[in-house]
Amino acid sequence: MRFVSEFRNADLARAISAEIASTIDPNRHYKLMEVCGGHTHTIYRHGIKDLLPEKIELVHGPGCPVCVLPMGRVDEGISIAERPEVIFTCFGDMMRVPGSKGNLLEVKAGGADIRMVYSPLDALRIARENPGREVVFYAIGFETTAPSTALTLQRAKREGIGNFSVFCNHVTIVPPVRALLDSPDLRLDGFIGPGHVSTVIGCRPYEFMPKDYGKPCVVAGFEPLDLLQAALMLIHQLDEGRCEVENQYGRAVPWEGNLKALESMSEVFELRPYFEWRGLGFIAQSALKLSSEYADFDAELRYSTPGVRVADPKACQCGEVLKGVLKPHECRVFGTACTPERPLGALMVSSEGACAAYFNFGRRSSGNQKVEIGSRR
Amino acid sequence: MTGREQRVLDALERGRRRPPKFDAERIDMSHGAGGKATHKLIEGLLLPAFADPALAPLSDAAVIPFADARLAITTDSFVVRPLSFPGGSIGELAVNGTVNDLAVSGATPLALSCAFIIEEGLETEVLRREVAAMADAAGRAGVSIATGDTKVVERGKGDGLYVITTGVGLADAGLDLSTAAVKPGDKIICSGTLGDHGTAILIARGDLDLEAEVLSDTRCLTPLVEALKSAAGPGLRFMRDPTRGGVGTVLNELARDSGLGVVLWEEKMPVREAVNGACEILGIDPLYVANEGKLLAVVSPETADTALEALRNVEGGKEAEIIGEVREEPARMVLMHTGFGGTRMIDMLVGDPLPRIC
Repeated sequence: MRFVSEFRNADLARAISAEIASTIDPNRHYKLMEVCGGHTHTIYRHGIKDLLPEKIELVHGPGCPVCVLPMGRVDEGISIAERPEVIFTCFGDMMRVPGSKGNLLEVKAGGADIRMVYSPLDALRIARENPGREVVFYAIGFETTAPSTALTLQRAKREGIGNFSVFCNHVTIVPPVRALLDSPDLRLDGFIGPGHVSTVIGCRPYEFMPKDYGKPCVVAGFEPLDLLQAALMLIHQLDEGRCEVENQYGRAVPWEGNLKALESMSEVFELRPYFEWRGLGFIAQSALKLSSEYADFDAELRYSTPGVRVADPKACQCGEVLKGVLKPHECRVFGTACTPERPLGALMVSSEGACAAYFNFGRRSSGNQKVEIGSRR
Repeated sequence: MTGREQRVLDALERGRRRPPKFDAERIDMSHGAGGKATHKLIEGLLLPAFADPALAPLSDAAVIPFADARLAITTDSFVVRPLSFPGGSIGELAVNGTVNDLAVSGATPLALSCAFIIEEGLETEVLRREVAAMADAAGRAGVSIATGDTKVVERGKGDGLYVITTGVGLADAGLDLSTAAVKPGDKIICSGTLGDHGTAILIARGDLDLEAEVLSDTRCLTPLVEALKSAAGPGLRFMRDPTRGGVGTVLNELARDSGLGVVLWEEKMPVREAVNGACEILGIDPLYVANEGKLLAVVSPETADTALEALRNVEGGKEAEIIGEVREEPARMVLMHTGFGGTRMIDMLVGDPLPRIC
């Protein structure tokens, strides 16, 4: 991992930070949204806010897949997990996502066979090793994780593994961004586009942002220098009156995306007519389901999930935070009824969620001027 | 910062100071991970029930005055899977872990008891191997295994073997190690690289297709403790071994119990590249990963450099670093100056360190 250190060089960071400070127009405010939860995490983990002038405000967008999953889908996942014949497999950060009556960690403690996996292929391996049980994979994530689910399903089909199915909750990035841009209470100047998603879909799908909405977008990587550079590129665009899609993450993102991954996805998935997003409501053609060719592997059909809708707790303001209308600390239950230990809203669950990131890394981030911590040895 | 933000943050801090209530309906895995959930279990359920002044400081070992002596006592259960892993095994851990709890409490370990909970079907050879590892580790630590117990449980009711060890020692009369002794300006020393044990276990479980040469750091800390004691003398204020919950959790306990602030310098944190790489891939922070052969010490500023030098001259202490210092402000908090030039809060671990998906 030595290659990472060059993207964390403090001297380079200071240089970019100084360039940003000298570039910005002192008479304007820059409100930039990082769409992706991974970016939010990097911003807090490396204290990037400290390197940006106050005139630049970073708003955390809807790109944490755990955070945007509606409670009804969590409850349905739990109802499958509770079936005695099922071994339920999921990624780690799904374990604490609250359903209406608890989370997977609690259901596991109650006796359900729930196993944390690091890849859908691990779930398929468990299916191979347990031919007498039904193994279900709880698939979540944007275009970043969808290709690995697709490849796993292609392999399962090829090998004829009958005791494996997928509860598909994959979502796509463009429709929620469009929904955000359509929101009348949104006041944003530009977007930092999600690098990992873009390694799959490329940059072209974001061209509607400058074209239809007049908002610039810079696709960025996940190292702290990537984010600083993306902020600088956006500021240049805004100050020069340009408005386009730019690719900061050229080392990983081809403009046209990864055609092979897209091909697998189009074989295995099809668009749902609509899907519910936590905080954003129903968005047309914003999520994936298994295509008819893969219907045999669809857990929704195998266990006939009823498609329940569960309203979010009334006090929860995840929706406003997701849209950048409220900051995490402005939510009425932040840090009181809603904490990382006992999250009320999904934004508090995953460490990529805007609220959890703020709670864990960001508290006092703007209030520590009185603490002189620059005096390193 | 706006007035509202300040009010919210202040309310958060008040919440953190309130004694925790334990209100979970069932015990889940997070209650065993060493972070906030474990604290809630201990402070909200166990501590009120036992209500013993010796238990109250919740240090690694309790000190009980007896006749003219001060007896130190500690106990620990070892439930690691797999039973052996690169760099160590459950038997070695079971001795080192308990000896280390005594050592970082400033006590000289005397003897251990051990209890085995064996799952029906365990191969005798495995038990023989682990018992030999225990005898070997005890020999190196200079303690005897003086008493014990064996139980066998039905197949499926244990992970092959659980080992519980209890240790007694004599608390050093000249040492006053406590969070109350810690003062602003004191330096925080870490005896070596962070997160080796937890990462080695994660890789050894084989759930990950990661190939990295990471060895557990399990070792007896007594030689390191002795070196610190003689180098820092009364300048040695506090010691702890950052096992479950890692360095992040121990330093939060220190900040909370001392009422002082802890400031860390990320670039001083010794972390092996392979550990950093594995943690990066999983989205886990090495600050919260378990260690089994490391200690954290708080020493006076005057003795810090001598203490560091002394540690570096002992086996297992070569990579020791001064990783931070104690400050008046921010009270009861741990802040880190990131290598990138920013600052971040280090909170106590919540639940298990769960991998992120992207």
